[in-house]
Amino acid sequence: MITSFLFKALDRRAIWVVSALIALAILVPASNLMLPSDSAFHVSNFTISLIGKYLTYALLALALDLVWGYCGILSLGHGAFFALGGYAMGMYLMRQIGSRGVYGDPILPDFMVFLNWKELPWFWLGFDQFWFAALMIVLVPGALAFVFGWFAFRSRVTGVYLSIITQAMTYALLLAFFRNEMGFGGNNGLTDFKDILGYDIQSDTTRAVLFSASAVALAASFLICSGIVRSKFGKVLVAVRDAESRSRFIGYRVENVKLFVFVVSAMMAGIAGALYVPQVGIINPGEFAPANSIEVVIWTAVGGRGTLIGPIIGAVLVNAGKSVFTAAFPEFWLFALGALFVATTLFLPKGVVGSFSSAMTWLRLRTGKSDAPVAEPAVRAAE
Amino acid sequence: MQHLIRFLIALLIVPLLLTSVSAQTDPRSLINAMAVGNLKARAAQIEALAATGDAKAVPALQALSDGALYFRKSDKQVFIAQKSGKNFDLIDPLTAENIGTFPKGSVSKVKVNNSLRRLIRSVIGTLTLLSPDPQIRIAAAQTIFKTGDPESLEALDRALVQEKAPNVRSAMELARASVILKSDSTDADKIAAITLIQKGDGREGLPLLNEFAAQSDGAVAAAANKAIGEIEKTIALLDIGQTVWYGISLGSVLLLAAIGLAVTFGVMGVINMAHGEMVMLGAYTTYVVQEIIRTGYPGLFDYSLALALPLAFLVSGSCGFVMERTIIRFLYGRPLETLLATWGVSLILQQTIRTIFGSTNKEVGNPTWMSGAYELGGLTLTANRLWIVVFALFVFAALFVVLKKTGFGLQMRAVTQNRKMASSMGIRTPWVDALTFALGSGIAGIAGVALSQIANVSPNLGQNYIIDSFMVVVFGGVGNLWGTLIGALTLGVANKFLEPFAGAVLAKILILVFIILFIQKRPRGLFALKGRAVEA
Repeated sequence: MITSFLFKALDRRAIWVVSALIALAILVPASNLMLPSDSAFHVSNFTISLIGKYLTYALLALALDLVWGYCGILSLGHGAFFALGGYAMGMYLMRQIGSRGVYGDPILPDFMVFLNWKELPWFWLGFDQFWFAALMIVLVPGALAFVFGWFAFRSRVTGVYLSIITQAMTYALLLAFFRNEMGFGGNNGLTDFKDILGYDIQSDTTRAVLFSASAVALAASFLICSGIVRSKFGKVLVAVRDAESRSRFIGYRVENVKLFVFVVSAMMAGIAGALYVPQVGIINPGEFAPANSIEVVIWTAVGGRGTLIGPIIGAVLVNAGKSVFTAAFPEFWLFALGALFVATTLFLPKGVVGSFSSAMTWLRLRTGKSDAPVAEPAVRAAE
Repeated sequence: MQHLIRFLIALLIVPLLLTSVSAQTDPRSLINAMAVGNLKARAAQIEALAATGDAKAVPALQALSDGALYFRKSDKQVFIAQKSGKNFDLIDPLTAENIGTFPKGSVSKVKVNNSLRRLIRSVIGTLTLLSPDPQIRIAAAQTIFKTGDPESLEALDRALVQEKAPNVRSAMELARASVILKSDSTDADKIAAITLIQKGDGREGLPLLNEFAAQSDGAVAAAANKAIGEIEKTIALLDIGQTVWYGISLGSVLLLAAIGLAVTFGVMGVINMAHGEMVMLGAYTTYVVQEIIRTGYPGLFDYSLALALPLAFLVSGSCGFVMERTIIRFLYGRPLETLLATWGVSLILQQTIRTIFGSTNKEVGNPTWMSGAYELGGLTLTANRLWIVVFALFVFAALFVVLKKTGFGLQMRAVTQNRKMASSMGIRTPWVDALTFALGSGIAGIAGVALSQIANVSPNLGQNYIIDSFMVVVFGGVGNLWGTLIGALTLGVANKFLEPFAGAVLAKILILVFIILFIQKRPRGLFALKGRAVEA
């Protein structure tokens, strides 16, 4: 069954994307580690961590696209799942510091010593084991998505109402994680990481491996999404997006369909967050800010929702633009981002990828080179 | 008139003093007498000074208590001394006249100790009871009320005889009751005193009664305990009242922020993420108006808000109009896209304001009529909060009238209920949409004027309110103004009631969680629109 799932997932486009990502995962670290730093093909440490960060963002955008582009659930709270995954990883990394912290406590992280805590809170137990942390990285966001989705979809909260309560969810978490009493480092968050799995987190090799891990995780998630979308279940997903009531009347359990993709998507977002944290070296409650989650939506929209490659391209494009803009004209970035929101919704409702394939279709029909209709990417407005 | 009354009172007092005080002497010589004698003699001297009943002696007594009373060695004249470098400035205790600087060696301190200080405190209380200024008399009575010094009973009785002002009288009676509790009066007197204290300012009287109940026994103690119970009940009620008031105050802020959103969301189904920025524009309009008034016409400052209101309505309203015409009208029927596009607009507006005005908080002043506080039966209502509650209700009522009683309101409601039908009846729905959006934004603008009085005016002002306003609208139900009103007030009061138990942040989180759960039960809010149009 899994082989058939994978077989279906690997259409021509998917093979292309996955092999590109694998190539990236091998070539970029190799050029960073092996080529001399004056070579034209050498990738600098700065670039590798920058692109690594983009890859985790792309994974987050892909996760959002699965629920928004294919199931019509506009979540304005995906940043929360991302941040939860990040916190789970951060907790593991905090426990790895051991007695090398400023206060030198062998068990308690610095901020707990600072707050005069005497023992580790129960929810920090187990995070000294990587396998446990890895489990939590997918389980915690997944569980939150399950509980939240179970309540929301069962009572048929849809459309903007759902968007707003997902926003309320991430806002509530933002407020909660800002509290020192929560035991997650308050507004400073978790930082000063030393090593991951016994390797120095600052070293070039570790960075290169994290980069590869991000690329591989993105490729694997792409395969999973592709498999979901191309399966029969994927067709139901699109049906729910385009005509929810009708799918229900035909006999599909719409809420279960939604719940399943929502949980899968949240888990992916959690993995993205977990890969993000060691590469940037910090996680703080700011990641829960509602504005962050909305920004993820715009990456997806710019790239083209309802296509799996779109969010990846969108995330990289927008973030590369952000890096350039904030370095060159810092005060104009928000203007540019705002204009991007407006322009994308008004002029590029299908995003870059969607518009590109429409243009190609139009060209082919025009020149009459191909009479086989090309499969339209699913981009109908999700309502 | 007032001078005349004071004069008459003075006329009354002078003969009274002349007859009642036996050893009537010149206060100056009494003060000078303190230059000689030991501490024991000083007590008699202080009492003699007190017996004059002359409030002018108060500064000298106060100085003695503070250790600032010195006498000149050459002529044994007593003065209040202020250190100036190595020397002392001597000040006449009666006239407050500076009579010159004297070297340290030429003066000597009038000695005082703690038991004398206690005596001085009660004596000052007695003296000020006869002051011509009612404020000073009240303050004196309150001091006695707190100390309950039995010595001052006589003075209080004397002052009560001639006291006319009712508020001063009640303060003095309270003080007298407090003194009686501490003295060895009869039980009946004490019980009467307890009743008096209970009826008076309970919060102040509580420690006094507690102390008394612990010391006494029998019927008196029982009465005291009963009174304590009553007072605690009143205080608890007052606390609840105060919390409700804070809640209403917060609720009215939420109402102001949300009411414009309710209009746009309710009528057009459009989620305007830039709504908070409309509020911010209103606040900045207020700031600009105040700056212009400050530089050009300082006399008009008290009217600045009245000027800012229509301007803010215009600024935000026209901004909303332009937004609707250029962006939103292309996105009807695609609410999620509208949400994103308006978010983009909000980013642009924020950054524009940040570029023009800078990202720091701007100072927006309160007009005089909005500062200060009112007392209402033990509740303290600050003026700016009170005005905002009144203003929010006024805006609500005005919007209600617009919706129910005007032609435009009728068209708006028609479009809300059934857009297609309204359109086929000849209503220009695009025009109604544009004006509705302008109206909603304009209301956000005037909300900004009000919020500028209590919140920091910064480019992030709107962001702080947007999620709360969404919560109000979603909780109250779309397309229903009453829902917004009740939603705002409920959330405000609930928030303030949770705060003492959970802390401000946790209270907010609990409210958010509550709303998220509430939406599951009633996906369309408290007051949901019913019918087929809703599902469309």
